[in-house]
Order: sequence, then structure tokens, then C-alpha cells
Amino acid sequence: MSVEAIMTLPSIPFDSTSETGSQGMIAVAKRQRIQDFFFHRITQGFSLLVLIALTGIIGSLFINAWPALHKFGVHFLWYVEWDIINEEFGAAIAIVGTLASAGIAMLIAVPLAFGIAVFLTETCPVWLRRPLGTSIELLAAVPSIIYGMFGLFVFAPLFANYLQVPLQKVLGGMPLVGFLFGGATNGMGILAAGIVLAFMVLPFIAAVMRDVFEVTPPILRESAYGLGCTTWEVVRKVVLPYTQKGVIGGIMLGLGRALGETMAVTFVIGNANRMPTSLFSPGTSIASTLANEFGEADAFHISALFALAFVLFVITFVVLAMAKILVMRADKAKGA
Amino acid sequence: MNNNFNKKLYNSRRRANTQGLILSMSAMALGLAVLLWILFVLFSNGLAAVDWNMFTQDTPAPGSEGGGLRNAIIGSLMMVGLSVLVSTPIGILAGIYLTEYGDSSKTAEVTRFVTDIMLSAPSIVLGLFVYSIAVATVGNFSGYAGSLALSLIAVPVVMRTTENMLRLVPGNLREAAFALGAPRWKVSTLVTLRAAKSGVITGLLLAIARISGETAPLLFTALNNQFYSTNMGAPMANLPVVIYQFAMSPYDNWIRLAWGGALLVTMAVLVFNILARVFFRDKVHA
Repeated sequence: MSVEAIMTLPSIPFDSTSETGSQGMIAVAKRQRIQDFFFHRITQGFSLLVLIALTGIIGSLFINAWPALHKFGVHFLWYVEWDIINEEFGAAIAIVGTLASAGIAMLIAVPLAFGIAVFLTETCPVWLRRPLGTSIELLAAVPSIIYGMFGLFVFAPLFANYLQVPLQKVLGGMPLVGFLFGGATNGMGILAAGIVLAFMVLPFIAAVMRDVFEVTPPILRESAYGLGCTTWEVVRKVVLPYTQKGVIGGIMLGLGRALGETMAVTFVIGNANRMPTSLFSPGTSIASTLANEFGEADAFHISALFALAFVLFVITFVVLAMAKILVMRADKAKGA
Repeated sequence: MNNNFNKKLYNSRRRANTQGLILSMSAMALGLAVLLWILFVLFSNGLAAVDWNMFTQDTPAPGSEGGGLRNAIIGSLMMVGLSVLVSTPIGILAGIYLTEYGDSSKTAEVTRFVTDIMLSAPSIVLGLFVYSIAVATVGNFSGYAGSLALSLIAVPVVMRTTENMLRLVPGNLREAAFALGAPRWKVSTLVTLRAAKSGVITGLLLAIARISGETAPLLFTALNNQFYSTNMGAPMANLPVVIYQFAMSPYDNWIRLAWGGALLVTMAVLVFNILARVFFRDKVHA
């Protein structure tokens, strides 16, 4: 408003005595208004490209998935079958694999990320905070395919020898939980994928947690310390409740990443289109099914894969949107 | 002495504190150990593959000896380069809109929200989207399609960092320029953007780092090419997809090359990340 008003007025003319001078100024102001108009619209257009891309993604996935969705209906979501030859497709196996591996990843990554965030904001000496924080951020920058290779060549053999075999020996015979540890101990499977994923999303969650912990008003912390709280009590009973929304938002952000991750999972999940029966059994996630099969798929199979992609996009969209809303609310609370 | 002092409670609180802090320290140690372990594995396996041939020879055919990664390196450079050229102006101008024009309007709010979601959207789905609009319609895989898929990832990164950096520019700098009669577009480009230059460069470097290692969006867009080719209208070799295919293969020399490529990609990504931090730190201290 006020800025607009200033801009419509010609600036102080250099040559205010002559009539043509001020007219020239008006002409300049007019020209600048036109330039401004175009600049405004161009930048707006570019920022709208993101919205166009989003609608394009949802639209094109849906259109391409339509033949499969039309044939199987909502049933597609819980149909336990992925038979390429007979063209019988259901998403249940891949959805279970996706949710299970991401769920395991969260179980491992969340406490670790919390520990790292607590360390970086409370106990770490100030001069070490920056380098340590940076190295955790670098962990986030390592491309996911590296995690995949690491998982396949280094982690899987160790996992098979030192975790799967002992776990199966000790827990495999137990009632109720024994079935979880059955199956071949070759280092691949849902649990292995979950662990590799955990280390991939760990830095994302830790970074968000650290950022929200840091904005806790010092006065809250100091009051708690003043009452004689230990560091741990300050974190658990003051910082954590205060930053709750941001922390949950960070966790959801990590979950969104874990659900949609392709490379880190594809290498270690075992890629079997069977319903997993134990933590060690090979499975498949939506993203890894896409990576494995899309290249060789034809007509109807492609449509089924697009339907899977559509399901994945909707799931991650909802998770990420919730994460974003929670983090935004946390920011608002901070601003108030 | 104070007889009400509850020694038992005091001790249990101290114990809980020590336990908690030790656990948090071990979490930190574990995180660092994993980073170092990954780097160690990369170097010990990758350095063996890095030699002159890796940069001068093309990817070997199945079963043949030797070979290098020349075509994949060139392909990756071209695709990442093109997508940076495309996404830089788009991301920066869109970022300018979000801070200078949109600010708190509904459109800007929605755009910001969607951009943040696109930042973490599953990259393989973006690849499928590009496949359906740029590969299925044209009839062949191409380097252009690969670049487009990478741009979809890079634009949100550039956009959001540009916006955040422009926000740090003090408002009175803008007001001073307006008071001199400068039009809005000049204020945004010549004053605010220039003041936020190093921050915007940080965003660009982060975007480059992010897309250099992306594999999933290239699988079904650029595909791969066993031969040296600089034709972006045709399928193009690129490091991430070559690493993926070679690592999954049964051939020893392929796996060795995959490690070499992995080392190359990771080093590039980490160097860009560290550069981005150095740039930003200079700005903060200036």
C-alpha cells in the first residue's frame, strides 16, 4: 500500500523547472510500473510451476493407473497377490513391506535422533557443536544408493552372522514371538532394510529435533535448572513438552522419507513378491517394486505399477503434509 | 544437617541423569561411527577402482575385462549441468516471488506448503511422472527427460533456500531503495538478491549435491547407455544408474567400478555440501 503509493509518484525530478522534465519522470514511472507488473507476473508464474507440477504428478499417476484401478477397485489395496503372468495385482504385499520397513526404521531412528539432539543441545561443549552437527548433516547428504551398497556388501553379511543367527537361536523357539525370527538368515529382508533405512533417516530427524530444541526459550530451561532439575529432567520435562509438535513433525518428516526411499531399500529387502512372514523374510516395498519391475513391464503391468506409485504418493503426501502442519504450528507457538 | 534431605530420591535422580546423558552420548557416537564406517568402506573399496582407465574408458560390456566410467561421468555432468541451468532461474525467481510479492498471501502460503512436500516427495514417483510425460509420449528414453526429473527435485531446494535467505535481508535496505524511487523489480534483483547472494549460492550448491546422487528418478527417464554419447535426445549413461546396475551384477570388474563410481559421487556430494557451508559461514561472519 504505502510502497505502491511511493512508486506511483514520480521521484524528485532533477529538472523540476521544465514541464517536459516532470512529464519525462511520469513516463519513467509509468514504464517502471509496467516493468514491475511483468516482473511480478513472471516470478508468480515460476512459483506456480510447483503447483502445476504437483497437479501434474497426481493427474498423470491417476490416469496411467486407471486401467488397474478400474479393474481391481479399492480391493487393490488389500489384495494379497502380485502375479505378473496372470495379471492379478494387489498392493497389499508392497504396502506391508513399505510400512514394516519404515516402521522398524522409525523404532530405531527416533530414539537415536533424540539422543543426538539432546547431546548437541545440552551436553556437547560449545566448540564441538558445529563440527559434530555438520557431520550429522553430512550423513544426511550421503546419496541413498551408497546406503544401499553399504547395506548389501558390508551390512548384510555382518547382520546375517552376528545378529540373525544368534537371534534365531535364542528367540526362534520362543512361543508367540518365535515366528518373527524364522526364515533364512542370509542378511536380506524386512529387518535389514529397516535398519539401513534407520541410519538413512536418522540425520533428518536429528536435525529437526536439534533445531526445535534450540529455540526453547532459555528462561524456561534456566528456571528448571534453578529449581534444581538435572539436565535429563530439563530435557524430559521442560524441553520435550515445549517442543512436542516440532519433534513429532520431525519424526513424520523422517517417516515420509523412509516410506518413499528406493535405493537404500531395494538393495537389501530381498525383492520377493510374497507376504513377509517374519522379520527375516524377504519382502518388497512399493518403491523397490517400482525400481525392479518398471523397466521390463508392459501395458497392464505398467498400469498396476502406476497404481502402486499413486498409493505411495498419497501415503507420503499425507504424512508429509501432517509433518509440515505440525512444524508450522510449532513455529507459530514460538513466534507468539 | 537437613533431615528432610531425601538421599534416595537424590541418588535415583542423579542416576537417571547420568544414564540419560550416557545414552545420548552413545547415540551421537553411533551416528558418527556409521558416517566414518561408510566413508572408510567407500575409500577402501573405491580407491582400488580409481585409476586413469576409469576416466578414459567407457563402461564395459558384460563379461569383458577392464573398462571405465567415462560415459557415465560425462552423462551425469551434462544432465546435472542442464538441470542446474534450468532450475536456477526458476528457483530464484520463484523464491523472489515468495518473499517480495507473495509474502503472506494465500497463493504464497499454498506454494510454500507444496514446495516443502515436494522437497521430500519420493523421487521414484517423480521419475515415473517424468516417464509418463516425457518418455512415453516421445517414445524413447532421453537425457532431457533425466534432466527434467532432476530439475523437479532441484527447483524446490533452490526456491526454499532463496526464500529463506532473502528473508534475512534487513527490511530497511529495501525501504532505502524504495525511497530512492527504485521500482520493485530493481529492488528485488539489484538490492535484496545481491545482498543475499552467498546464501542463494549455498542453495544452488545444496541442490547440485542433492541431485548428483539421485538414482531413482533417472532409472526410467535417462535409462542408461553402454556407449559414450553426448546426445541428450537419446538414452544417456549416468553414474548413479551405472552404480546401481553394476553393484547388483555378478561380475567382479563391474562391482569394482561400482565402488569407484560410488566414491566419486559421494566425494562430489560431500564437497558441494562443505562448500555450501563455507559460503554460508562467510556470509554470517561478514
